[in-house]
Amino acid sequence: MDSVYQALVDIVGQEHVSNRQEELFIYSFDLGTTEPHRPDYAVAPRTTEEIQEIVRLANREKVPVVPLGGGLSLAGLAVPFKGGIALDLKRMDSIIEVNEKARYALVECGVSQAQMVSYLERYHPTLTHSEPGAPGPATIGGNVAIHGQGDLAQPYGFNSDMVNGLEIVLPTGEVCRFGSCSISSGWFTLHPLPDLGLFLGWSGTTGIITKVSLRLFPCKRIRGVGQFVVENEELVPEVIHKLTHTQMAEDIIAYSQAVPPFSSGLQHFLINLAADSEKELEFKQEIIWDDTLGEYIRRGDGGFLGFRQGLERPVVSKTSDWRKGGGFEYVGAIMPVDTYPECYRQGREISERHDIPYTVLGRCIGMAHAMMFSWTYAFNRADPESIKQAREALHETDDLALELGGTLWKPGLYGQKLVMERMDPHTLELMKKVKQLLDPNGIMNPGNWEVS
Amino acid sequence: MAVIDYKYKDVIHRCFRCGYCKFPNNWIDVNNCPAYARFRMETYSCGGRLWLVRAWVNGEIDWSEHFAQIVYSCTACKNCEQQCPLRFNVDIVNMIVAAKSEMVERGEIPPSAKEFLENVQRQGNPYGNSREKRGEWMEGTGIEAYQGQEFLYYVGCVGSYDTRGQKTARVLGKVLQKAGVSFGVLGNDENCDGNEVRSLGEETLFEMLAEENVAQFQSLGVQKIVTLSPHSYNAMKNDYPGFNGGFDVAHYTQLLQSLISDGRLDVSGGVNATVTYHDPCFLGRWNEEYEAPRNVLKSIPGIQLIEMERNRDGALCCGGGGGNFYIDLLGGSEDSPARRRVREAHETGADVLAVACPNCLTMLEDAVKAEELEDKLTVKDVAEIVGEACGIK
Repeated sequence: MDSVYQALVDIVGQEHVSNRQEELFIYSFDLGTTEPHRPDYAVAPRTTEEIQEIVRLANREKVPVVPLGGGLSLAGLAVPFKGGIALDLKRMDSIIEVNEKARYALVECGVSQAQMVSYLERYHPTLTHSEPGAPGPATIGGNVAIHGQGDLAQPYGFNSDMVNGLEIVLPTGEVCRFGSCSISSGWFTLHPLPDLGLFLGWSGTTGIITKVSLRLFPCKRIRGVGQFVVENEELVPEVIHKLTHTQMAEDIIAYSQAVPPFSSGLQHFLINLAADSEKELEFKQEIIWDDTLGEYIRRGDGGFLGFRQGLERPVVSKTSDWRKGGGFEYVGAIMPVDTYPECYRQGREISERHDIPYTVLGRCIGMAHAMMFSWTYAFNRADPESIKQAREALHETDDLALELGGTLWKPGLYGQKLVMERMDPHTLELMKKVKQLLDPNGIMNPGNWEVS
Repeated sequence: MAVIDYKYKDVIHRCFRCGYCKFPNNWIDVNNCPAYARFRMETYSCGGRLWLVRAWVNGEIDWSEHFAQIVYSCTACKNCEQQCPLRFNVDIVNMIVAAKSEMVERGEIPPSAKEFLENVQRQGNPYGNSREKRGEWMEGTGIEAYQGQEFLYYVGCVGSYDTRGQKTARVLGKVLQKAGVSFGVLGNDENCDGNEVRSLGEETLFEMLAEENVAQFQSLGVQKIVTLSPHSYNAMKNDYPGFNGGFDVAHYTQLLQSLISDGRLDVSGGVNATVTYHDPCFLGRWNEEYEAPRNVLKSIPGIQLIEMERNRDGALCCGGGGGNFYIDLLGGSEDSPARRRVREAHETGADVLAVACPNCLTMLEDAVKAEELEDKLTVKDVAEIVGEACGIK
């Protein structure tokens, strides 16, 4: 009998641990182009205490632990490169508290984005959270662990900037809380205690996020999206600058894509507006379409394509079916807004070189302090050559993003290597020390963010 | 690349495994795929199952009993097809059934599924009970054998053999009698409808059953059929036309709706109850009949009808589809879909959980017992509630 397996069964129960080929196969895969690596065990804990016991066991046995939320990073961040325990956290799915007055939600890490949307719509309709563009099954914990962004990124920044408190199981098994929750029962702020920002953006290499307090924001009665288009990509940074100056929009996205062919080469803007009354909406529309973008329309440089009330939920997985191939992956990068024209032109070139319909998209983060860019490459999961082409395009795009002065968002192993090669050596050394201090046995999601 | 001849080998790779298939319509949680709700491992999600089937077809994993259990844990409830945003979604259940068919061909299926199919082949029902006992449910009811009446009342295997199903079958028969409907039954001559046989992947046996049933119905001059079970309704309405069996098929709730609205069935006796209705997958998602049962219930004085959070095309399956009411790969846990469903029904404040399917009836009644809710929630078939309103004991 495998003693680790038996110990895991003792912790979570027989039905929530497996070392059978079926689970090991499924948990070996990311949905993108990353090569699969099989774990030795797949485990689905329900409580923080179970996770503590699993981590202590893993330390004793020197077995890797790879935390997994929705498994939708597409960059291979939850692929068990060195085997070990694939830790599926989606059973940790309780919404513990929504504090309407202080506008935050305390949730377990495995709560899905869609569950959060649905819960707030139903029980707290005046509140909303920043919903990522990822499929609804993406989890709250996974999203903050990779510095995700959502549809409120323009006014409020990264989703990981919206964290009011965290509960973490450290790689050595202790539970730590960060923020006001570390000194009281309130989960209303992360600041102003000494900054221990050791977990956000580390993709589960420094600990396992088990609870998140997430800021919520006013949800106005009317929400909708307007569309604007320009032909010249050079105009995009200027348009974004002017739009963000109005402080009227909730979300601003600029994109261009090869499909459908008639709009290929055009630069589209999606501008989300919200209002509590028709009067407020009319005022905001006037400011946006007439006062801000009117000059482009009058000059013939831009066109208003209409405003539609109601927000459509993102269904990004449709991208995977462009070639009836079941796969896509994108390079995400945080870029200065003024690099948009180059990002578009060079990204499109890379796509066309690899015979992949191009999609280039940038979402405003924090009043245009940056843009989250994505260059998306669809592939056919049944065609190894298509996967190879997509992988090469992704690597070229990783290089491009860094050459253009950006930084990679949730990079896979190739991108992580590029980032660490360019990183300030003292910063890199500090990363190494932090990792060694927190995870002396190197069990947490090994392969990722490993400083040599 | 494929090492197994598989009908959907050119499609199955298109599943991205985004996971929308786990949700109900309102996204309130990820527990609307009955198998995933039960086990909460990715392998049991619809996407995980499709990826595993593809891996098996391509020779990347070997067949195993566990693999077969994962595939056969699919209840064919179609929630995945309802939720999947991709264009191939109409074939998702077909892809799983095709995998089951390959396993049947190879004789590599779970023992309980094998037993189910062998019983149907030998005795015309999954329980393995004698064909000679199929008509015992109707003893003492005065229900006549079919002899050219307007309707053939097709009872199905659960209504014919399961004790709880038999009770419902009798009540429905009495209700039809009370309404003056001209109908007859086949009794011991009735055979399995084959709906579950097909969803278990035994296509050849299904074809045989369909051909035999169609020939029998035609030889008797049957034109109209009313079924107790939505499973029978589905097979006869959608599959039998492919075997030259073009009958006018109704589920009994559709007939009762007409009888009540035409004034032929008097339900003015009423029933004082707060009722929530569970949509059976083969009436709802498979055949988009959501209103007839609700209209029947709403027509009964004294009934307050309230909805569960998941209803109509977003309903949670009881876990009994795909033969699971017998092969039972989803039971044995508080996470079993039937137990989840009765908890959801109880949360509405209803004192009656109404169903319109004998499979759902047995699944949910067992779940009420397991949840120790017997004194708070009673599971009744719509036919039984109508029977009470008509004064039928």
